[in-house]
This record gives sequence, C-alpha cells and structure tokens, in this order.
Amino acid sequence: MKFSENWLRTFVDPPLSAHDLGHVLTMAGIEVESIEPAAASFNKVVVAEVLSVRKHPNADLLRVCEVNAGAAAGAPLQIVCGAANVREGVKVPCALPGAQLPGITISHAAIRGVESAGMLCSARELGLSDVAPGLLLLPGDAPVGLDFRRYYELEDNIFTLKLTPNRGDCLGMTGVAREVAAITSAKLEPLEIIPVEVQIGEGLAINVDAPGACPLYCGRVVRDVNLDATTPDWLIRRLGRSGLRGVNVVVDITNYVMLETGQPLHAFDLDKIAGALSGSIHVRYSKAGEALKLLNGENLALQPDMLVIADQVKPLALAGIMGGDESGVGAGTKDLFLESAFFSPDVIAGKSFSLGFSSDSAYRFERGVDFSQTRNALERATRLITNICGGRSGAIREFKGRLPGHDPICLRLSRAQRVLGIDLEERTAAQLLQRLQLSFTGTEGVFNVKPPPYRFDLAIEEDLIEELARVYGYDNIPAAVPRARLSMLPEPETGRTLPQLRQILVGRDYQEVINYSFVDPAWEHELAGNNKPVALKNPLSSQMAVMRSSLFGSLIANLGFNLNRKQTRVRLFEIGCCFEGLGDAVAQQEKLGGLCYGDVLAEQWGAPARDVDFYDVKADIEALFWPRAVRVVSASHPALHPGKSAQICLGDRIAGYLGELHPRWRQKLGLPKSAVLFELEIDMLTDRPLPKAAEISKYPPIRRDIAVVVPENVAVQTTLDRMRGEKIPLISEIHLFDVYRGAGVEAGKKSLAFRMLLQDTEKTLTDAEADRTVAKLLSVLESEFGATLRNH
Amino acid sequence: MINLDDLLHEALTLFSSIDDAVELEQAKARYLGRQGKLTELLKGLGKLPAADRPGMGNRINQVKEQLEAALHQRRDAIREKKLGEQLIGEALDVTLPGRGLGMGGLHPVTRTLERIQSLFHSVGFTVAAGPEVESDYYNFTALNIPENHPARAMHDTFYTDVCNGNLLRTHTSPVQIRYMQTNPPPLKVIAPGRVYRRDSDLTHTPMFHQVEGLWVDKDVNFSALKGVLSDFMKHFFERDDLRVRFRASFFPFTEPSAEMDIGCVMCSNGCRVCGHTGWLEVLGCGMVHPNVFKHVNIDREKYTGFAFGLGVERLAMLRYGVNDLRLFFENDLRFLRQFN
Repeated sequence: MKFSENWLRTFVDPPLSAHDLGHVLTMAGIEVESIEPAAASFNKVVVAEVLSVRKHPNADLLRVCEVNAGAAAGAPLQIVCGAANVREGVKVPCALPGAQLPGITISHAAIRGVESAGMLCSARELGLSDVAPGLLLLPGDAPVGLDFRRYYELEDNIFTLKLTPNRGDCLGMTGVAREVAAITSAKLEPLEIIPVEVQIGEGLAINVDAPGACPLYCGRVVRDVNLDATTPDWLIRRLGRSGLRGVNVVVDITNYVMLETGQPLHAFDLDKIAGALSGSIHVRYSKAGEALKLLNGENLALQPDMLVIADQVKPLALAGIMGGDESGVGAGTKDLFLESAFFSPDVIAGKSFSLGFSSDSAYRFERGVDFSQTRNALERATRLITNICGGRSGAIREFKGRLPGHDPICLRLSRAQRVLGIDLEERTAAQLLQRLQLSFTGTEGVFNVKPPPYRFDLAIEEDLIEELARVYGYDNIPAAVPRARLSMLPEPETGRTLPQLRQILVGRDYQEVINYSFVDPAWEHELAGNNKPVALKNPLSSQMAVMRSSLFGSLIANLGFNLNRKQTRVRLFEIGCCFEGLGDAVAQQEKLGGLCYGDVLAEQWGAPARDVDFYDVKADIEALFWPRAVRVVSASHPALHPGKSAQICLGDRIAGYLGELHPRWRQKLGLPKSAVLFELEIDMLTDRPLPKAAEISKYPPIRRDIAVVVPENVAVQTTLDRMRGEKIPLISEIHLFDVYRGAGVEAGKKSLAFRMLLQDTEKTLTDAEADRTVAKLLSVLESEFGATLRNH
Repeated sequence: MINLDDLLHEALTLFSSIDDAVELEQAKARYLGRQGKLTELLKGLGKLPAADRPGMGNRINQVKEQLEAALHQRRDAIREKKLGEQLIGEALDVTLPGRGLGMGGLHPVTRTLERIQSLFHSVGFTVAAGPEVESDYYNFTALNIPENHPARAMHDTFYTDVCNGNLLRTHTSPVQIRYMQTNPPPLKVIAPGRVYRRDSDLTHTPMFHQVEGLWVDKDVNFSALKGVLSDFMKHFFERDDLRVRFRASFFPFTEPSAEMDIGCVMCSNGCRVCGHTGWLEVLGCGMVHPNVFKHVNIDREKYTGFAFGLGVERLAMLRYGVNDLRLFFENDLRFLRQFN
C-alpha cells in the first residue's frame, strides 16, 4: 500500500513529522517500509504563461518566448525554448534565474546570441518523469506566478506500507487514517458521502445465485457519461503517488475510490451487457466450457469453482479478481454499469495465486473488505463520475444476503494482564478500546467487545489483547527476567552429541560444509543407485530437482569447486538429512559424509608427501566410533571402486560405507587423483558405552609375536575373528602389526605378523603356558587358513 | 726433597690446563698413580726421622686431598663442557613448523547454531528436532494457517511428489506442534534446523537455517518473552549496550506477535546493512496462539507460552561480517577456513 502523506493528512493530521509518523506506525504493526519525497528537490520554479513565441534569429529549432512569470518576476521575461510544443498562451512551469533544478542551476544566459532569463520546463527536467514529451503543459486555470511546487503539491512524501495479511482494513486511505488516529489519538475527519440525485428510473436486475460467495452486491446505471473528460490533476496525482497510472477517466475514478475506501469497484460498458438497460446481472459460479478473456489479455478457461459476474448469456468478469476485456470501459463507452460488491474472502483467497496473477481487487477481497462501506463507495464513485464526466444516474440496486457477523468477544482484563505481564488498569484498557473505535459493554474487568465489520482479524480474546498491546505500545511493556523452576537438564553420558562428533573430525583436519538438500537427479541415479528419489514438484532448476539420499554427490561437487580454485588437498565432511521414498512416505535419516583428496598431510618439511588412501580414512571412521569397534566388510557401492570399498558394520547393522571413488566417476569428473569417501548413519554414531572399570592384573603380561604365511585372499579380519573366537582367557589382546610380501614369501601369499599379549590375573604366567597358548592359536590358523609359521 | 708447595702448584696448574678427560686421568697418574710423585713421597716417609713423620704425613695427605678435589672439579668441568658442546650440536631450529595433521573447522552456520544452542541451554532449553519433508498439516494447518490463507503465499513452498510429506518445511515451527503433541507442559525447547523456501536471489537462498524456540508454562508472558530474547541478543553479540525493540507484527501461530529488531551492529549512524535505519530485523516471536494450543490439546486457560523463530544465517552474517548470504552454500574452502 502506497499513498501520499498529504492525502492522508486530509483525514487525520497528527502533530508528527513524516519520519515520526512512520516510526509510530511501524512500532504498532503497520510497517512503513519507506518514506520518499514525492518529487526531487528544486526551487524558484513558478507557473508562467507564454505571451508570445517568435523564431530564434540564429537557430531553426529554437524559439524566443515572452513569458509572464508573475509579479515576483517583474516585467515579462525573454526565454529561449527548444520544445516543440511551446505555443502562445500555454501555461508551463518556468525556472527563474538562480533556480536549482535536479542536476543544473539556471542563470541568465545568452543562447546563440539571444538573452534568455530562465527556462521553461518539461516534467523530466523537474524530476517528475523519466520521459520528456516536451514542456509540461498546465491547465488554463493555473495561477500565474504561483510557486510550482505548491501548485503541483510536490511538498509531499510517499509512504509505502508493508502490511501483514491480517490488516486488509488498511488497504484504503480511510482505514489507514483510522489506524493513525487510534495510534496517535489525533482527530479523524471521516470521508463525507453525499448520495447523488437519481435522475433515471432504469436499472439492471441483480441476481445472486451464490449468496454465500457474494452476500452483498450493489449496482447502478450511469448514462451519458463523457469519457473524453480529463481526469483532474489532483486525482491523477494521488493515483500516481499510490503507484497507479491513469487509464481513462472512469477507471481512474473507480481506482481512486478503491484507494480511498479500500472497496474495489468495477465499471462495465452498459452496451456490452446483453440486453443493455433491459438486461440483468448474475453472480454465479461458472459453467462447464465457459471462457473469458480478461483485461490483462489472458484467455481463461473458467473452472466450476470460479465465481463470475455474468449477463444473461455470458460471463463478463471474474468476480472480485479482474474484469473482462470485452465488457470494460473504453473509447466509445457512453453508458456505465457500476458495481460495488462484497465477495467472501474464502472465495477469492488463493485464486489469484493459483491463476498466477494478482490484482489490486483480489488482494483486497481475499483479506476482507469493509462491507459496511460497499454502498457508500458506489455513491462516492458516482458523485465523482457525474461531477467530472457528467451523466445521469439510476438508483442503486442491491442484493443483500447474510453478511459475516462477529459475536461479541469477551475480553477479560485479568487474561490481558496475564498474557502481557503488565498491570493494565481497567480504565486504561477501556481508553485503548475507545481509541481503536471498538465498541464494548461490561465492567468488573470483563469487556464485551463488538468487532467492527472492517476488522476481519478480530475474532477471539487474544486478537483483542494484541490490539490493546499494540496501542498501549510494545515499548511500554517491560522486558522482565523470567522466573522459572531451576531444575538441571539431563546430560546422558552414554550419548555422543553432534557437536562432539564434529569435533572429532575437526581434530582430524576435516572442514565442515553445508549443501542444499536438493540435488541433480543424475547424482542420485549414478552415485546412490537411487532411481526413484523423492522429487520436487516445483524445483528451482533441474539440477536441484530431487532430495538427496546420499551426501556423496554434494561432497564430490564441493571437491570439484575447490579444485577449480587451485586447492590441492581437500578434506570435507557434512552432516545432513537424507531422504528416501517409501511408497507414500519418506524415510528421513541424518547422515555424516566425508571426503578426502590429495596429500594425507598438508605439504610439510618433516613428513614425506603421500596421497591419502582407504586406510587413512578408515582410521578416521574408527575414531568416530571409538571405543566401540566397527567391522569393515568388503562390499560394493555404486559410487565406489569395487575392489576398494566396504561396508561399516556395527553389531549386525550396517552403519555406512567407505571406499575410493569409482574410477569411472573420477574419469568423468576429470580428477587427477582419486578421492576416498565415507558415509555413516548418525544414529549409529551417537551411542557409546558407559565405562566400567575392571581389575588391573598385578602380574606381568607376556608378549609373543608370530608371523604366518597365508594365501593372499585371506582377509586379516577373518583370521583375527577366528583367533578371538577361541576365547582363550589368557589372551588379553591380539593385533596385527605387520603385513609383508616379497623376498622370502612365495608369490600369491603374504606374511602376517601378530602380536599377542598374554595375561593371567591369578598368577605369574610361565613361558611354557604362553608357548602352549600361542601354539594353539597357530594350529587354528594352520587348519583354517593353511597358514605356515614363517621362519625368521 | 721436593717442595710440597711447588708440587701442589705444579699439579694444580697442570690439571687446570687440561681439557680432555683421558689426559686428565693421565696427569692424575703422574701425581697420585702408583709411581706418582705424591705416592713416591708417601713411600719415602719411612726414611724420615720418626719425629718428622706425622707432620710430613699430614702435610702430604692434605696435598693429596687438595689434588683429588681439584681433579674432581676438573672432571666435572670437562664433562659440563663436553655436554655443553653436545647440546649446542643437537640444537633444533625451533621455528620450524610442527609436524603432522592440522586442524579442520566448523561451518560458520554450525558455529552459530552451536552458540545459539548453548546460550539457550544455559537457561534450560533442550533441543528438539523434526522432519524436513513435512506434511501440510504440521507446516501450516496446525499452525493456524488454513488453506488459501494469504499467509501461505508469504511462504514460497517447495512441494514433493510424496503424499505423506508433501512439502519441504518452510520454517522450524512444525517442530513446536510435534513436540507439544508428545510432551506435556511445562515445555522449554529450541528446534534448530534446515528450512526451505522457493526463493533465490541476492538475499535469499532456497535453503537456510532457523532456530525455533518454545516455552510453555503457567506464567510465561509477553514481558518474559521480551526479557529472554533481549538477553539472548545481548549475549550472542556480547554487547551489554545492544539496543533492542519489539514491533507489533502478525504471524498466524502467535498472538500478540512481534518482530524483534536490534540496533545495527555494523554501524553507528546508518549503513547499507541496516538500510540506513539503524535497526536490523532479527527474529519473529509472540505468544502461542490459542488455536495452536487447541490443535495439541493444551488448555489455554491453564498454560500460556511464547515462541520465536530466528534466522541463523542472518545472525552469522552480522556476527562475522559476512556480506553475501550465498557464500554459506558455495563451500569455498578459502571462505570456510576463516571461521576455524
């Protein structure tokens, strides 16, 4: 909602500057988005009359004018002018010598040898317009010598409101004025409505087939209207300052009344209505197969849930949203049918959104229009039309059904005090309600408030409490330190929080990233093997069309982005939700994904350079799960190298995947080196055991190392599992400390060196016992894996 | 007869001139060895008259002790000197960088989220979470935003092709509903998370982060709402003198509703960031709307509550001086590393 400050002040004129007025409105919930001067600043420009025009002796395109700029300028001025539309007798703005215009200063000058004492101005030269069709011609009655800024009412500001959807009542000047009066306590001058004299008897019958959708419809005929009449400057100016352009005099007037009262109006060309004066108006839902060409040029196939204004044969307008192209007022229109109606917000709401266009009318109806002024707005428009364009009006014909009515709302002072946290006095509350023009009865701390018809947002007690608070002033409610029970918050020790998980990775040189959850469908297909991802119906682009089920695609894209920016070592992680369609539902699971690329350590003097590999990243995963041990089992994944990829298992559940990027994708992305990726389900990472102390043996442990040669295809994990599976109590630890291939080990085999710690908690272990235990494990390895003890 | 004083002097001079441990032991032998000069003197004591023996014996022993003390001292000195030389030889260039893995870092949005969480945690708010693919009911209807309400148009919603979860949540407010459905009051939670709106330009990204807050109890009021949120902003920006203001506003799920502004943290008299107003809009808040309580069967006569929703990226930008929202999701390492 945009409007002229001067216009507002004709209704209510609080003793506040524009800035201060803007502030109090903003604080009270009527946000003033901007206050801008209506015109650029300039001075010493007056209304002048061109007395005579003659050719410039030295230039074909210039004229020498004699100009009467009023008493202050003294004798007529000689001014050289280049505008094509300069003529004897026209009135124009004239900048006197010394005038400061946007960008230039006017002075006495000789133009091609002829003295010129000022400048006749176009709208562009005064900063009033971007186009310059010549001098700005003023009406014949413009008083010569009057300061042009005063004459053109340029000492004005344009207020732009950013209204919340509940405040449809402020979409008209009278409503804004009412609000200003409530907030500032300034006196309100209501708009005076004087009905016009009815001069003709004819009228159109009004038939409302959908009284729920249209509970009030007022219409009247106005005949012999002069469409060639000029829209008055004051009216055009106010329209312009509200952001509306002039169309034709009748449309300008209906628009003006809409801005003034908030009530949208529509004017039909009576001749385009079937049967004209003997025809009828029907408010109904559209019928199958009907179509309508709208004022915006769109041909609309009407749907059965669309309300239309129709004559006996065809739809004329989309009710409350937009008029029809054919039935509109234009050149050649002589007789009008004027409409002012109330359409239920429910019927209009969402329509313009689903149609893909909006209109000032729909915007107001969907927020609620003051139906108590529907008839008055029609009278107001008729008066302006007959005053400006002449014509004779018929009587208003009206359909009136069940209009929305609010029951009185019970407002308890105690409730207001409790919700707001202030000791609001009953007297103060009553005064606030009066300022808001909310009528009420009742005492003893209970008010029965009757909401006015223009406030569609007042229905329950809280609505009124908010009204009280707004006018009381949010600033006047103190900010209190709240009182609350002091009870400690749970701090589970067996959980691991996301911040803790992130810190593990940060400590291992990973940088966190955050990516959009919607990705390219190709990533889902190729990198996650997901051919049916959850798709967006209205994506921003085809590269952001589906919800990701894996973080891999985003991480790989981050790698590419950073390699293009000359990074050579990239270590990233992200925690984000992943989505999988499960028929008509979506599984949403938070995952932790990571990617490593380039040197295992940042390039440095004290460590040899080496590319990061599978086992480096495996250690990071082990650290994330620590102290719980994961099992890593060879497994394939669409994004990963089939020989260098694995499942991460915890107990009997799969916690995620780890592996090197598949060479196919590496090649496709043009990566010079391979990347190692992992992805884990967050749920699997957030438990950790509560430590439980066990007795430390006071007897010394014995250490035994053995090296065995096994076939290449024997996985270390299975040998460890098998040995641990023996559950020999003396063995407290077995781990692999070396893998060797080469001289001394025949091809196709490898040597595994295990270290065993033996511990007896009861007594000192003897070498003989230790040897027997190790021999037992060795025999297990021999029989299960064909292992042979390696000779050192 | 050798003069003992001369011998002592000679030996001490010799010892002090020696810098080598082996040489020192050889020099020692010349005086105290089996054939050493002092040993010889001791051997010759027997040839002295009986009356002179004790005196001379004492005298020789004194010299011997003096020599041994000097030797001991000299040995220490030589060892110290050698150690000193060794240490010099072993000295490191301590200015060389440390070896091994460096440190990574958190995304600035996460950093901000963790900070917000810890501030609210300090006054008893726990963390709740909810799904990002949401249903119409939780995202709108239960929050008092009926179908076709103009407020729905304020949210540019992404819709999915799944019927049970037909949209991406446009705010974290649905978590309020889910939490109130499953937990009886009193309630004190925040819900951080990703939200989605179909909007992409200089100042909007289609995904961003919000933190929702909800406090429901018997005497939670608007004054307390102002108190808690003012306190939060002052602590978040670590500015006791931070100006705050609450403007009346409208959200379908709170009433009374307010927008909270803080005094611009980037300027003192108007800048591009605050649009030359001196104020920055930072969050929306209000008292929980009775219709919301109705949807979750909480008795509005028994309980009141306040709720708020704040934009995390906005706070991160103000806190760290980031001037372009889109940088957060480009994931340029050069940008991200600045927050480590």
